[in-house]
Amino acid sequence: MKFTVQVNEGPYQHQAADSAYQFTKAVLEKGHEVFRVFFYHDGVNNATNLTTPPQDDRHVVNRWSELAKEHDLDLVVCVAAAQRRGIVDEGEAKRNSKDAENIADGFRISGLGQLIEAGIQSDRVVVFGD
Amino acid sequence: MSILHTVNKSPYEKSSLDSCLRYAKGGSAILFYEDGIYAALQGASMEEKVKGAAQNVKLYVLGPDLKARGIAEDRVIDGIAVVDYAGFVDLSVEHDKVSAWV
Repeated sequence: MKFTVQVNEGPYQHQAADSAYQFTKAVLEKGHEVFRVFFYHDGVNNATNLTTPPQDDRHVVNRWSELAKEHDLDLVVCVAAAQRRGIVDEGEAKRNSKDAENIADGFRISGLGQLIEAGIQSDRVVVFGD
Repeated sequence: MSILHTVNKSPYEKSSLDSCLRYAKGGSAILFYEDGIYAALQGASMEEKVKGAAQNVKLYVLGPDLKARGIAEDRVIDGIAVVDYAGFVDLSVEHDKVSAWV
């Protein structure tokens, strides 16, 4: 079965960011397909590679990147939510004249249409938020 | 159409469980997770209401979120099934939709 997971909350702020990861991992372990993980609202903060948690804490951002690499996941960050919160890739940096980018490995910035498409293409959409 | 409703807020903090119970149709299911697990505890003031709901809908609670809060499974109201994340995935497959009361 095809799943899409929507993440509306940032890491280290709300358990939703952890729950979404644990759920996505369980979906993959069960042999289902993850069509897309869509990061919306404060959820876009899961996608900054500037995150440096203490060494004995879980690394929420790297954890997503590693899962994406392992399973070829499509991790999509909402562009409008990302611009507001300073999550920038190379294209957005150029377009908005920023001197840096901080999108973590495995994530890409795109629009809300990607969430709508995921809803159409997937059998289930599961939302994690506050 | 059977729906899996997910509730992640304590009923002592927010009214999302009340809203969920108003809308959940017979034959659907509710999963308590994150702080939602506090609705599943014996001896709390919500117990009777939750037991009443169990007459019409199937109730589940996420075990890892009980454990994260130091709550033993034997404190869960009888009739509420404890599931892990794999069980959460199975529930979302078994029902036609997943509706998050976030």
